[in-house]
Amino acid sequence: MPEARMAAALRTSQAVRISLRYALVCAVALAMFAAILLAAGKDPLKAYADTFTYTLANAYGFSELLVRMTPLLLAAVAVALPSRLGLINVGGEGQLYLGAWMASAGALMFPGLPAWILLPLVVVMGFLGGAIWGAIPGVLRAAKLVNETIATLLLNYIAPLIVSFFIFGPWRAVDSSAYPQSSAFPEAARLPSFFNTRIHAGILISLAVLLAYWLIMEKTRWGVEMRAIGGNPEAAQRLGIPVAVWIVIALAIGGGLAGLAGMGEVMGIHGRLRQGLSPGYGFTGFLISWLAGGRPLGILFMAFLFAIITSAGDTLQITQGLPYSVVNILLAMILFIVLARRPARGTAK
Amino acid sequence: MTHPVSTPLLEVRGISKRYGAVLANDQVDLSLYGGEVHALLGENGAGKSTLSKIMYGFTRPDSGEILLGGKPVDLHSPRDARALGIGMVFQNFLLIPALSVLENIALFLTDLPPIFRREAVEQRIREFGERFGLVVDPWAQVRQLSVGDQQKVEILKLLLAQARVLILDEPTKVLAPHEVVALFRVFEVLKAEGYSILFITHKLREVVACADRITVMRQGRVEGRLTSGQADVDTLVTMMFGEGGAGEPTATGTVPEQPPSTLPIFELRGASSKATGSETPLKNLDVSIGAGEIVGVAGVSGSGQKELGDLILGLRPLSTGSKWFCGADASSWTIARIRESGVAFVPEDPLVMAAVPGMSVRENLVLGTGRRYWKGATINWRALEVAMGKSFSALAFPVPGLDPPMGALSGGNLQRVVIAREMAHKPKLVVALYPTRGLDVRSALSVRDLLRRVRDGGGGVLLISEDLEELAEMADRLLVLYGGAIAGEFKRGVWQAEQVGHLMTGSKEALHA
Repeated sequence: MPEARMAAALRTSQAVRISLRYALVCAVALAMFAAILLAAGKDPLKAYADTFTYTLANAYGFSELLVRMTPLLLAAVAVALPSRLGLINVGGEGQLYLGAWMASAGALMFPGLPAWILLPLVVVMGFLGGAIWGAIPGVLRAAKLVNETIATLLLNYIAPLIVSFFIFGPWRAVDSSAYPQSSAFPEAARLPSFFNTRIHAGILISLAVLLAYWLIMEKTRWGVEMRAIGGNPEAAQRLGIPVAVWIVIALAIGGGLAGLAGMGEVMGIHGRLRQGLSPGYGFTGFLISWLAGGRPLGILFMAFLFAIITSAGDTLQITQGLPYSVVNILLAMILFIVLARRPARGTAK
Repeated sequence: MTHPVSTPLLEVRGISKRYGAVLANDQVDLSLYGGEVHALLGENGAGKSTLSKIMYGFTRPDSGEILLGGKPVDLHSPRDARALGIGMVFQNFLLIPALSVLENIALFLTDLPPIFRREAVEQRIREFGERFGLVVDPWAQVRQLSVGDQQKVEILKLLLAQARVLILDEPTKVLAPHEVVALFRVFEVLKAEGYSILFITHKLREVVACADRITVMRQGRVEGRLTSGQADVDTLVTMMFGEGGAGEPTATGTVPEQPPSTLPIFELRGASSKATGSETPLKNLDVSIGAGEIVGVAGVSGSGQKELGDLILGLRPLSTGSKWFCGADASSWTIARIRESGVAFVPEDPLVMAAVPGMSVRENLVLGTGRRYWKGATINWRALEVAMGKSFSALAFPVPGLDPPMGALSGGNLQRVVIAREMAHKPKLVVALYPTRGLDVRSALSVRDLLRRVRDGGGGVLLISEDLEELAEMADRLLVLYGGAIAGEFKRGVWQAEQVGHLMTGSKEALHA
């Protein structure tokens, strides 16, 4: 079928064009950031070289990239999946916190359970925590009461407060009264880590989720229904697709995935429930999903890139004496360039 | 009231405009004099909108010329038209609800300086309001105004912008009866001041009530020109819909002489539904579609056709009454259940209502087929393609490529895909809204043929159409919808186009034959 070949060729050329576009965006952003480093009296070449040495060319640095990618991938899919239905989930951060909280509850309530029960339990509870936080806006949206963007955004403010309440109150560890945190989780609840690094089993979950996301969206009838809703909600409804049900499901699963990210942080990295357990992974996940257009490979690539950039913050702090927040300038520049390149939708006529 | 000697304010000569296969305007002449209300009358699709858009600079004609005060002008955009004193009020008002009346009007006045004195504009609004009977509070927010008052603002806007020719596209459609009366009083004042009004409508009684001259369009051509003295409702109906002969039985497709089945396929009993915004509420509808029957629904657009389709589909809840499908109470069935029980829908706007433009044709074909092609978590694409291939060939439609996105198809092709999908599973009931609109003659014939086959196979068809000839050819029974209620019901062969035209335009009371 010549049309099939043409369509395939079209897709390939599109993929090439998109990759080129991203490469160009990164190059321009790096050049502009170099100018800022110069203005700050630093040597940009040295800074980039250092960043490269301490992240990509260094075993420990590289392992830290994977550690950062773990929650970023999940937080990105948490946004990407609802976005395929035309839903905007900006609540990744709150969902992540609630997932962490529920997972911690599991670990703290059943400390005596063996790992083969406790570990799946905390994973499931982490997912459920986030799923509840996603389902609330889902139900409100499906009932046409509150826009999901507003609801997910506002729930972001509540979840960290719930965590704070418990670590200042009922769960506060007696051994570390100076620092508000829960007591350490039992070993059986901890996600196994690999190669003597901080890489933990969460990365496997993240990659599996990304793969499942692609499979479900492209290969299953559920994916067809969800994409139909995103493509034309009115037609989807008229064709008998249960739009309201899918809205709740998609936001609940999205929230659940962000919850898994939170679970991974407390069970894989911290070993306790703490305040500030996420440096904005939920929000970064939104950017990743958005920049990647919700495409699985794009998410993988952008998550890797964002892991490098955030790691660069640490590197620049140590080697160049720059504050960590300079990387926010770089992030903002990437965003800005992408925004500037994208023609505004809806205004052109 | 004629103006044989004076120069018309605005005149079009020999205007033609073609959209694809459709000749929307064919050598149309029209002149508007100062101090007259000129009614432009015609069915949907007669070419009224196209003509008005050309006169307002929205669309460029393929040929013909536009003269303003006798001099040819070139209208590139509505901006040009406004600068020359031509104003138009659209069916959907172009007002910003969150702003005040004054701000809405000021936005429209291009001659205002960037920083303007509100009091001066307020003064002008009040002055014009008094003069023309268009009194509105300049400081009221537009969102708080009634539809009638919003229309006043639209007209004021044009008057303050010094328009001399006012084009009003179905201005009475949204108005309550007393507001219509008020609008006609405004027309009188405007006329006396020498303004020229083009009043586009398909409501005959209003035309007879207020127009000085009437131009009737039919299928893109001017069918007749009348002055107010000559016009009566009967003449106008004949001009709009053509001469009778509509009720003759068709030569093709013999009607099987079945005794009326005891159990109708579909029934509405006393069904009503509420409406919001510009929708039409349905009032106490009793509709029954028997096995082996094509029930036609005639009506001018906005009489509740879309709402009726949505009610059957289950998209619109019943406020009173009930809905029955093959003897089962289907009043609360979901859309999916209705569709899976064998109801097929051919919607009026397939691109918006039945297709996902960004997905491939193949994926679009599986949408709405319920669980027929489910295979575990995936879809049995092969079985789908086979079944849909059969449906396409049964309709004698060409099979389109399945990989390109649906949105890449032309309008006619897209409609064919939707129809083939809906017809693929031997529907018991087909609800078709304007199914042949946008199709070429051959495809339209095969759609009609297919609807007849559904009927002859013992299925039921509800055919909603605005083409009286199509309804005459197809329908075993005809319902006329007017204002969300059934205004008349006819058996095949006993109705005349003229009679139906009266009911469609609300110029006669309901009757049942």
